[in-house]
Amino acid sequence: MGKVIVVTSGKGGVGKTTSTAAIGAALAQKGDKVVVVDFDVGLRNLDLVMGAERRVVYDLINVIQGEAKLAQALIRDKRLQSLYLLPASQTRDKDKLTPEGVEKVIASLKSAFDWIICDSPAGIERGATLAMRHADAAIVVTNPEVSSVRDSDRIIGLLDSKTVKAEAGERVEKHLLLNRYDPARAASGDMLNVDDVMEILSIPLLGVIPESANILRASNIGSPVTLCDSSSQTAQAYFNAARRLAGEAIPVTIPGEKRSFFGKFFGRKAA
Amino acid sequence: MTRVLTGTTQAIRLKGRSFLATVLSPELPLDEWFERFDVLASRSAGYFLKRPVMLDVTGIGMDRDSLLDLVSRLGERGIRIMGIEGASDGELGPDLPPAMSGGLPASDLDARTQEPASGPVPAQPAPSLMVTEPVRSGQTLISDGDITIIGSVASGAEVVAGGSVHVYGTLRGRVSAGSSGNASARIFCRKLEAELVAIAGFYQTSEDLEPRLHGQAVQLWLDGESILAERFN
Repeated sequence: MGKVIVVTSGKGGVGKTTSTAAIGAALAQKGDKVVVVDFDVGLRNLDLVMGAERRVVYDLINVIQGEAKLAQALIRDKRLQSLYLLPASQTRDKDKLTPEGVEKVIASLKSAFDWIICDSPAGIERGATLAMRHADAAIVVTNPEVSSVRDSDRIIGLLDSKTVKAEAGERVEKHLLLNRYDPARAASGDMLNVDDVMEILSIPLLGVIPESANILRASNIGSPVTLCDSSSQTAQAYFNAARRLAGEAIPVTIPGEKRSFFGKFFGRKAA
Repeated sequence: MTRVLTGTTQAIRLKGRSFLATVLSPELPLDEWFERFDVLASRSAGYFLKRPVMLDVTGIGMDRDSLLDLVSRLGERGIRIMGIEGASDGELGPDLPPAMSGGLPASDLDARTQEPASGPVPAQPAPSLMVTEPVRSGQTLISDGDITIIGSVASGAEVVAGGSVHVYGTLRGRVSAGSSGNASARIFCRKLEAELVAIAGFYQTSEDLEPRLHGQAVQLWLDGESILAERFN
């Protein structure tokens, strides 16, 4: 059975879609079978970031409505054989995203893939709650600034109460992915530093992704950064995050710092 | 000379407050109802003493005389009626309790669970709430008793306690202690960065809190109408 991961944040523009694509591609490069699912009905972007926008025929809503089979809607990546995309609908009403429909689609994806990575829309409305509904684990993407951190905190609260796992009395694993981190600005106090964010959110750290121009370029050419620029520092940070997600114990390195924080961050438990 | 009543120093404070009252709904015929009532009262002696009791006569069509009779028969049993619901205005005079309306239903009270009183009944302390996880933004914790939180209270989270609030972590959200009017309730936290603190309805926003308290281990309490704070060293 595959593992369902939701990439979520509450706030928009923090890098959910970019991170979904990068981590999805990183996991697929290890040989795992991965599907990235876009839940942002009406404002889909994952197809662009994955470079599949010209190959979309059917989408998630078509599958939920029974107008297409799941296999027809899945788009296989041209570069990686084991990476698939399930796009969201750009034109349909987001109310067509029903809890029953999502449950069915996720259940069939779980039997066919190792990883189901759900790219959540921003906000805490229907799309976001349905994206997290069936998650086994969550990647909470946060930027080092107060509004993003507060929204992430809100989302963590929802992960602990509104998911199927939470309602069954279990816990959704939660991982913090600190994105767009600028070590110079964190050092000067313009930005929250890693410790500040960790202290507020108190969930384990999956990785710190440095602010970088590579990301913008990768999005614009429609290729995850872990595919098109795999030797860059950003891509390496995503590769390591993906390996940690898969259970490997790799020390987290903070961009701009030579030391690794193995003991410091792995010694911490999620509260 | 005319007295000017608009001076601010002469203002009279009017406050609204809601209380939970026991509502008695007699049924006809009254004699039989009183028989059943006396059996109940003998099983839980003292249940109705010192309790606010309301009478609901909706739908049993009582006139003024039978109402007077009913109230006096209850009075013989030591029950004082604070208000009557469901009677028409004309029936109630100055010799009867006032008419009440607009009550909100609460859960039914079960008199049988009450132990027979031996001497004065001690007030049951409200249960306290223990939380071992951080309180996240958007979450609200409510308890009639004390609340103890082992973890932080995030910005945008809210904690409302009838008693005191203890936060063994950073307090960043809003906290209201003594929410049902308990002025002796206090707020304790290991690190104060609260957005708002309130005790028994009196509040201070973070802007009004003294800057020297920020980030400190602090206790807050109410003195008269002002919230006082002290650092723990």
